[in-house]
Amino acid sequence: MGKGYPTIAFYPEKCNGCNDCVEACAQIKTETSEPVHSRISVAKDPDDEFYGLSLCRQCGDPRCVMDCPARALTKNEDTGVVHWDETKCVNCQICTLACPYAGITYNRITDQVMKCDLCNGDPACVKACAPMALEYKIGAEIYNTWGDLEDLFVPGVGACLGCNSELIMRHTLRRIGPNTVVATPPGCIPGVGSVGVNGITSTKTPVFHPLLTNTASMLAGVKRYYNRIGRDVTMLALAGDGGAADVGFQSLSGAAERGEQMIFVCVDNEGYMNTGVQRSSTTPYGAWTTTTPVGEALQGKTRDAKPLPLLMVLHSCEYVATAALPFMEDFYMKLDKAIEASKRGMAFIHIFSPCPTGWRFDPSQLIEVARKGVETNMVPLWEYENDLGRINITHVVNEPLPVVTYLKSIGKYRHLSDEQLVYIQRKTDERFELLKKFTKESKLEGLSDAA
Amino acid sequence: MPSAKYLIIGSSHAGLCALDAIRLQDTEGSVTLITRDESLPYSPTILPYVVSGDADPEKIFLRDQKAMDHLNVTFLKGETVTTVDTKAHSVRLSSGESLSYEKLLLATGATPVLPPVTGLEDEPHHVLRTLDDAMKLRTALENKHTALVVGAGLIGMHAAENLAKIGVDVTIVEALPHVLPDYFDEDGASLIQQAFSDKGIKMHLGCTMKQVARSNGAQLVTLNSGETISSDLVLVATGVRPSIDYLSEADIEVDQGILVDDRMRTSADGVWAAGDVVQAPGFFDSEKRLNGTLPDASEQGRIAGMDMVGDSALKPYKGGIGMNTYKFFGHRAFSIGLIKEANTGSDGREEDRVSAPDLEEDRVFSPASQRYQKLVFQDDRLVGALSINTDLDPGVMFEVIRRRIDLKDMKAQFVDHPQETGRILMTKVWR
Ligand SMILES: Cc1cc2nc3c(=O)[nH]c(=O)nc-3n(C[C@H](O)[C@H](O)[C@H](O)COP(=O)(O)OP(=O)(O)OC[C@H]3O[C@@H](n4cnc5c(N)ncnc54)[C@H](O)[C@@H]3O)c2cc1C
Repeated sequence: MGKGYPTIAFYPEKCNGCNDCVEACAQIKTETSEPVHSRISVAKDPDDEFYGLSLCRQCGDPRCVMDCPARALTKNEDTGVVHWDETKCVNCQICTLACPYAGITYNRITDQVMKCDLCNGDPACVKACAPMALEYKIGAEIYNTWGDLEDLFVPGVGACLGCNSELIMRHTLRRIGPNTVVATPPGCIPGVGSVGVNGITSTKTPVFHPLLTNTASMLAGVKRYYNRIGRDVTMLALAGDGGAADVGFQSLSGAAERGEQMIFVCVDNEGYMNTGVQRSSTTPYGAWTTTTPVGEALQGKTRDAKPLPLLMVLHSCEYVATAALPFMEDFYMKLDKAIEASKRGMAFIHIFSPCPTGWRFDPSQLIEVARKGVETNMVPLWEYENDLGRINITHVVNEPLPVVTYLKSIGKYRHLSDEQLVYIQRKTDERFELLKKFTKESKLEGLSDAA
Repeated sequence: MPSAKYLIIGSSHAGLCALDAIRLQDTEGSVTLITRDESLPYSPTILPYVVSGDADPEKIFLRDQKAMDHLNVTFLKGETVTTVDTKAHSVRLSSGESLSYEKLLLATGATPVLPPVTGLEDEPHHVLRTLDDAMKLRTALENKHTALVVGAGLIGMHAAENLAKIGVDVTIVEALPHVLPDYFDEDGASLIQQAFSDKGIKMHLGCTMKQVARSNGAQLVTLNSGETISSDLVLVATGVRPSIDYLSEADIEVDQGILVDDRMRTSADGVWAAGDVVQAPGFFDSEKRLNGTLPDASEQGRIAGMDMVGDSALKPYKGGIGMNTYKFFGHRAFSIGLIKEANTGSDGREEDRVSAPDLEEDRVFSPASQRYQKLVFQDDRLVGALSINTDLDPGVMFEVIRRRIDLKDMKAQFVDHPQETGRILMTKVWR
């Protein structure tokens, strides 16, 4: 199995050009504050106040290493640092031609090249960066942590090209593990193969196929039985928005109110996608579906989507969260918390799940579309912990994109008029304001304000 | 007959980069790597430093046997491939053995060519391409005081400098009017020549060697000008040609080198080629030409390896760009792309200007401070960059050229502040 390595991430929008990083680097490397000795430098664009960073990215497949004729540059397999061995270097400078980021540069005082070595995992520049434009980060950390676990869903399933549900299935099962009973009511996930193709299930855990209406109550019964015989088994529902927000809602609401111990995952692709793209209660305003057509009388759906995750907060579930797969670390963090919370009661995770087939966009754009959903604040990422009694926004979008950038990338919104776009922008802003009310410190204050 | 799924001939930059690319995707398929050298893999670029003693010949190897074992590679040293049979999918080795392959990579690099000089073949002379050459030259230099370097390309210049550094009295002969004609224009070369003559190196430019003979233990070289130079040792560095002798009977298209497409495929099924041995599409036009630089060899090797293993992340070869860094006597220079095509020269000379009237250049030439910077543009795109002792980042300039970045309204800013603007552009393209 491969490995994720540390690197220093740069957020140009946070940089103010103070050059404290440069000074800190020169200090720690040479005990002088001469910028010429710094392995990091910041270039300023006079026009748009943009800062450019020159620093070794500790690339995974470093060109400088490939092109060094002296083997003076190597990638350390344990630390991931691209290491420069002064004793082997013949000063040919070919590495400076190999790096497009000016990550290895010539120092005219020492007459040698120099590069960042990540200060043994505690980089001085990052500590010196007050606006936090530099961050020491382990790339693909979840991969290091969970990559060796077994994928509990077989390869070669029947999902459409670019299916988000398949990703959800694999990641969720991998993290939650085999000691789980999985319920997958009618929807895309059984369609993909969770409960079987020709009599063989594709899921390497016990799995069953409840009705759309009774998923939560069946899982509650199974869980109570295991509790009675003294076995600690996790209950997991992987339901679509129909099985959670529409006809599945009464059993979900009942189980949540009773505090049944389970993880209920709603895979929200905003409609009945596997039966031919019909509307559901989570289909957003303005969206085209086969039952909310676009023509003379109608321009897509006329009603707003049901805010299911907020409704679940009002059930005082142990844990409620929203998630989207471009933000994998965020998602895994929420799975961790859901596993713990499900030992006490209901943990509900609502996953935003764009569907290339039903929404009409190119399968290769799946992650990009989902990312834009989050970055426009149409799908804010947050979590609610019952013992804290408030919502915490886990991925703060500093400058949200206008909703059109998201809507424009999806076929089901292609017809939207200017008025409809204005409406959606307003509604998005309002919903976000409402959400923020739930983030207030005091449980009572937040909830009563909102309700 | 032993067989390999992947058979790689040549264990230098192109071969090794292909190997790494293959192993990234296929950890199981059998790989055999063959070199005619008796040693572990090394780079020819290191050799001048081996000659001067700056590099320890025990420590120059690009991979050790442990790395080969770790990658599960059969490494055959001291074996020369003598013929390739593309129909039978097999190669024959000098040991008489044959090996069959599923996929074959030819990364056999280049070999020095000798100029037609009377007496040269019979007189002892040196070339510098293999570790063996370097060790011979090193030994030969003991108790020698004078050396003649024929050819002022990169190899000759590196060798000349390193010989001078260990106290040898060096003379350079070059047929063209200035040194490093592949990489620098006259102004650039003049700064380099100045640095060399400051160190006591004599240069005979625009001269060719006509004859070499022995006289009183030394070698007596006669130039076309009639001048004679006596020297303890002659190093010939007048150029290289692709090593393709073993292909004379193979059904693979060659011109000067092995002809390849933008995935390094040759005309034969299941055969790829990469590095100094190929003639590949150019970057500025698609005509296939020899390039012969280290970065190009690794890039081509990587592409070949990715294509051999069917890596879907492969991006086809963008075409060869002439480029190099050049460090000489404490100075630092580089040259990338179309440098000579738009030369107006410090006094408005236009003799170097070649068929590219739409090129536009921006120059800062200050011989007093030994600095020179030249940026060449075509429309709003950078197509060439040359620097001597400036702060420009060669890798950034190369990437701005390679990505054909349309500078548009940033062009003026780029001309005024190429280092900063280039770095900003690279931050923007990084994700
Ligand atoms: C002195 C010197 C200085 C240089 N300086 C620079 C520089 O500063 N910058 C730069 O960019 N480039 C420089 N170069 C060029 C650079 O070294 C080459 O471009 C690069 O090495 C090409 O790599 P390659 O893998 O294509 O071939 P090579 O490095 O030539 O390797 C060829 C390999 O093939 C093997 N081989 C050949 N024929 C056979 C056969 N029939 N059977 C089995 N094995 C065979 C050889 O043993 C060797 O392993 C320099 C070269 C020299 C000689």
